[in-house]
Amino acid sequence: MTTMLKLENVGKSFTLHVQGGVELPVFESLDLTVEAGECVALAGPSGIGKSTLIRMIHANYTCPQGRILVHHDGAWVDMASAHPHRVLDVRRRTMGYVSQFLRVVPRVPTIDVVAEPLRAVGMDADQALVEAGNMLTRLNVPERLWSLSPVTFSGGEQQRVNIARGFVHPYPILLLDEPTASLDAANKRIVLSLILEARERGSAVIGIFHDREARETVATRVLDTAELGQRAA
Amino acid sequence: MLGSEQPILSVDNVSHDYGRQRGCAGVSFDLYPGEVMGVVGESGSGKTTLLNVLAGHLTPSTGSVRYRGRSGGEVDIHRMGEPERRLLMRTDWAFVHQNPRDGLRMNVSAGANVGERLMAIGRRHYGNIRGQAVEWLERVEVEHGRIDDLPVTFSGGMQQRLQIARNLVTGPRLVFMDEPTGGLDVSVQARLLDLIRGLVTDLGLSAVIVTHDLAVVRLLAHRLMVMKDGYVVENGLTDQVLDDPQHPYSQLLVSSILQT
Repeated sequence: MTTMLKLENVGKSFTLHVQGGVELPVFESLDLTVEAGECVALAGPSGIGKSTLIRMIHANYTCPQGRILVHHDGAWVDMASAHPHRVLDVRRRTMGYVSQFLRVVPRVPTIDVVAEPLRAVGMDADQALVEAGNMLTRLNVPERLWSLSPVTFSGGEQQRVNIARGFVHPYPILLLDEPTASLDAANKRIVLSLILEARERGSAVIGIFHDREARETVATRVLDTAELGQRAA
Repeated sequence: MLGSEQPILSVDNVSHDYGRQRGCAGVSFDLYPGEVMGVVGESGSGKTTLLNVLAGHLTPSTGSVRYRGRSGGEVDIHRMGEPERRLLMRTDWAFVHQNPRDGLRMNVSAGANVGERLMAIGRRHYGNIRGQAVEWLERVEVEHGRIDDLPVTFSGGMQQRLQIARNLVTGPRLVFMDEPTGGLDVSVQARLLDLIRGLVTDLGLSAVIVTHDLAVVRLLAHRLMVMKDGYVVENGLTDQVLDDPQHPYSQLLVSSILQT
């Protein structure tokens, strides 16, 4: 088995300088290893730090303690200390992230939003549009919407655009924060099959799935986030 | 383009003082091809001073700014001869001013504003120059029929788009922008942001963008520096600095944004 992700002794707390310097500890001494083809579901009650952990792996949040090692280009990159230039390269080619919310530039058509990750890894424009279209079709986003900006779409449609964007490039590591949250049963099944396919081709998946059926379908391990590290006092 | 390992711009410990008044102090960073660096901070934080030092308009009191040219060799932009620097500014670099009046010639037509930059780099064929000017005006969404009009007859947003066309027509590699969306209506801003973002991506430009608008850097910049009193107090990935700011001043900036 190939290890794709290693968290070593990771700790996190937030210091709120504007609110009297209040310190909010999240966790400390957290260790986690994820292999290729695995899907690790982070479990635990809300507020325990599941989304925080996912964001730290993506380097969207800083990692003040420990190391977050990512298998990138045959070497280890520590997301906690790597130069931003390197982190951007990891995000472009190795690590995809599907958040709960779609954040897009106004006026950019849906098809371009989905094709962008492919363009970023150097695929030519025509092929990227074809593949983006295939992914949108698979996720039941009707073709008449492709030329429109997703800003005005419904919650479920936006989430499917978000998922299309996250799955259009076969990232070796996928971070999923509630990918099925606002979807109906049919679309949920499609997303679950996308996750299973990603696992089959060897991607390492770390996700938060509040939906039990979703978790039982795709996860190879369910981890209690509170037990991964010591709960910071 | 993105992902290449040699920086296009290397800024090492740059400071600039106005007499006893501090402009910017001890700024260092590397900018890579295809990357956009945002610089935020309030008025007087030193961000425009820094931009002017980077673009060669001001000489730093200490430190150096090195640029890697198309051939791969590095030059210190404050130590090179004036003619070489002027050539570089016409060919490889572009500077988009906050006020389009500072970057445009207001008494010549829109087409001439774009075309004269091509002539400045030695193009002489009138038909080609006009053709390229038309193409660029279309690209920045200035209607075709306005090519012979003076910029004074344009709205603020159109003037800013014209300034961008004038700057990008020569195919620069590095673009400096000072509050490019400042003073424009929100709807006009969105259109301009979308345009700049598309151009930066399509042309693989590197850019340094100074603004006080965090929404602008969220959309345009890969990386972000927060300046206060002349110093960079925080610097990192844009989304990291905005979503998990560490320095008290960055936290204050982010928490001061009005939610809509």
